[in-house]
Amino acid sequence: MQRYSVQLILIALGGLITYLAYEEAIDLYIISVLMFMGVNIIMSTSLNLVNGNMGEFSCGHAGFMCVGAYVSSVLGVLLFSKNKILAAPLLNPEMAVYFFPFIIIAGGLAAALTGLLVAIPSYRTRGDYLAIITIAANYIIISAIENMNIIGGSRGFMGMKRVVNSMEDVLYLPWMVIWVFVFTIGTVWLLRRYTSSTFGKGVNAICQDEVAAEIMSVNTNKMKTITFMLSSGLAGVAGGLFAYIIGYVNPGSFNILKSTEAMVMVYLGGMGSLSGAVIAAVLFTLLTEGLRFADVLLHYLWFVPDSWHYSQVWKWVIIPLILIILMQFRPEGIMGNRELSDLFPGLKRFYKFK
Amino acid sequence: MQNTQAPSSTSVLEIRNMTQRFGGLVAVSDFSINLGKNQLYGLIGPNGAGKTTVFNLISGFYQPSQGRIFINGRPTAGLKPHKVTALGVARTFQNIRLWNDMSVLDNIRVAQHGALDYGFLQAVLRTRSYRDCEARIEKEARELLTFFELDQYANELPTNLPYGLQRKLEIVRALSEKPKLLLLDEPAAGLNSVDAIELIRLVKWIHENFDISILLIEHHMDVVMELCSQIKVIDFGQTIAEGDPEEIRNNPAVISAYLGDDTI
Amino acid sequence: MSTASLIQNIINALQWGSFYALIALGYTMVYGVLVLINFAHGDIFMIGAYVAFFAATFILSTLGLPGWAALALTIPITMIVTSLVGVSIERIAYRPLRRKGAHRLYVVITALMCGLILENGNLALLGASRKAFPSLISEHVYTIGGVSFTNLKIAVIVTAFICFFILHWIVTKTKVGMAMRAISYDKFAVPLMGIPIDNIIVVTFVLGSSFAALAGLLFAMSYPILEPYMGALIGWKAFIAAVVGGIGDIRGAFIGGFLLGAVEIMVVAFFPSTYRDLIAFTVLLVILSFKPTGLFGIAKTTKI
Repeated sequence: MQRYSVQLILIALGGLITYLAYEEAIDLYIISVLMFMGVNIIMSTSLNLVNGNMGEFSCGHAGFMCVGAYVSSVLGVLLFSKNKILAAPLLNPEMAVYFFPFIIIAGGLAAALTGLLVAIPSYRTRGDYLAIITIAANYIIISAIENMNIIGGSRGFMGMKRVVNSMEDVLYLPWMVIWVFVFTIGTVWLLRRYTSSTFGKGVNAICQDEVAAEIMSVNTNKMKTITFMLSSGLAGVAGGLFAYIIGYVNPGSFNILKSTEAMVMVYLGGMGSLSGAVIAAVLFTLLTEGLRFADVLLHYLWFVPDSWHYSQVWKWVIIPLILIILMQFRPEGIMGNRELSDLFPGLKRFYKFK
Repeated sequence: MQNTQAPSSTSVLEIRNMTQRFGGLVAVSDFSINLGKNQLYGLIGPNGAGKTTVFNLISGFYQPSQGRIFINGRPTAGLKPHKVTALGVARTFQNIRLWNDMSVLDNIRVAQHGALDYGFLQAVLRTRSYRDCEARIEKEARELLTFFELDQYANELPTNLPYGLQRKLEIVRALSEKPKLLLLDEPAAGLNSVDAIELIRLVKWIHENFDISILLIEHHMDVVMELCSQIKVIDFGQTIAEGDPEEIRNNPAVISAYLGDDTI
Repeated sequence: MSTASLIQNIINALQWGSFYALIALGYTMVYGVLVLINFAHGDIFMIGAYVAFFAATFILSTLGLPGWAALALTIPITMIVTSLVGVSIERIAYRPLRRKGAHRLYVVITALMCGLILENGNLALLGASRKAFPSLISEHVYTIGGVSFTNLKIAVIVTAFICFFILHWIVTKTKVGMAMRAISYDKFAVPLMGIPIDNIIVVTFVLGSSFAALAGLLFAMSYPILEPYMGALIGWKAFIAAVVGGIGDIRGAFIGGFLLGAVEIMVVAFFPSTYRDLIAFTVLLVILSFKPTGLFGIAKTTKI
């Protein structure tokens, strides 16, 4: 029983959040912050697989997120909502409630295929040259979508709210909260299982010594392909969820700044630490959202004049500054390359993840 | 003409007229060898003679410019290193190449990558084949560590082990792949004389107790003389002598390669 | 395409590539010496443009000097002030991390963060309104056989080449340059030889930042609208140019910059301009797939 406590806690937590959202007992804003937290966890843990476990330096994670966001948005809207491209939905909008997870997964699969754009060059090159390829891939994806006028080009694409609404019409539940929760837990679970298997440890072997890995029977090209595709596929899932939470996507929101956010979370958490990536994603979301209230908080201080107002522009000065200072004190990230269970061995009793 | 013949069925490693060029440099020239079952073969030569290049060619890290390599009668041409390993070759490195952020046990486990019965999906779904395979690998790895008296370090990182044990662990990791042919690249390099003697005993012991052929690169003539039944000497990529220890010891070409020409 | 328009495009490509080349030189120098991708470098270029803007405006309006004198003063001021910014970032953010022996990628992330601070700090302090750069020299348009170019365009191209040759001279002929190459070759042996490694690094940052400053000044003169994010995209692209040339090699960076400029100009000449980034990056991706270490980069052979 004890070793299932984590599972039980997660189910209870998911149920609680769903219930609170259903009863509208918590503010919509807080709910959206929680959902973004989930998206960020998926982004940081999936990037951690490549940048942490495999030791590559992927700087274009948002590109894959973009592919997932667009594919699942376009698919969902074409299938289940009135739209500008085909006018009538292809399927009965009531079906959306059943097909929603598959739409998100389809976005993930599309993003995984785009991951080949990076995976194939990685056979021959690594390090900073591969970093460039990921940046270029990010720009290529954004630029390609900007030039697709049928799905809105650089103006963006919307209509996802209608899909969510038609899901709620069938059965009134906070569907987005539920699915974000499920996919977030699913991602961490998937990555945990992958990286703890002997198969997945081949990824770490590639990171530490690629030559030895190849000669010691690890099929490095296959491992790289799987790892890049898994990582970008999960980013695509995050993108799909992100699109349906906001109800609107445009290519500009998946630029290098978004990729930078993902990288910051990985390095803040500690390279190669899955629990570190989760913790960092939570902290990072709280930090970015918390700064929205900085104005209110600052005015509690007696020396801040009432006439002065904190501008949101400062947010992206303060966050990098905090991170730079953090890195000066903990240059290996919050967790280093250890997991929570390495720091607190007692925790192992409470879960069976192996 | 020789290249067209079928490989000998009894040889574990057969190399025919292998040449390797890097740009204009001929690193290995017209190298041939035939290694039978359970043979301990020595490959010696001065620094930069091309010994490690021979190993890199055998393990598939380079593709030879000319010539063919057969392992257990199967050609290795065009195979990536992990495929060559699957044919029954394992090797160690001149500079130890263990995975230093992984425990000793995991170092052995990951070396079983080629022998996994499961793939990505089974790993994620934790199917029966996954669980059986992992249990088997773990059991075998622990047995092997116990066999070589490394079991007390199973959860240590390799960097925390003394240098001699790291060398030993690398050999154990290679053995864990159940090779028919073991390539040892200067296993005693960097060891003090006590540890070196210990390691030589280990090699001898492995040769006696495992059903395995060993190709050994070593710098120290005396070590090779003591261990190997057959020795090949190369210098500047050329094979300059071949034979049993006694023949090598008295070969003038070998003496001049090692001590320099005495004609001034 | 007629010969005239071809030559016209080549001149445009050279001018556009000059900016990339000047910025790429800074990237590649820092990379060569520190193996650090200095992601703040694009924003150093932006800082250069802004410093030039303030210096030029001040000299023109407050001191009331004529345009040529203002330009003559603005060039050294911009280069010095921008170098100070570049060196301060090195001192404050990178050096402590290096001393602590942090993983290389943490320094890279710090560089990214520094870039964000520069961009957004600028936005927060100066506001989102774009700044119009004052005209310092009167632009003349020369037309020869259907090819038109301005004195400014020529000045940009000439400056880029002069900078390259100066840098090439420094790296190959001077003591400092020799030390730079030595550090990139073996950074552990260099301090043992009594070479003050930190001073060499500072020199590297000074050189890189002043080239970026010069690029910023020339860019502001050519396209006199300044905004805080002007350095972001151009910086990333210049970095890509440096890598395509073979990062760590100044010839590579210089040629990579012009190559990227040429690709972009040619794309715009044949396709709608929205395809510029798409095609330019695809071309670079293809180049890197065939030459994984760039045009001049030397493939590092793994020794086993």
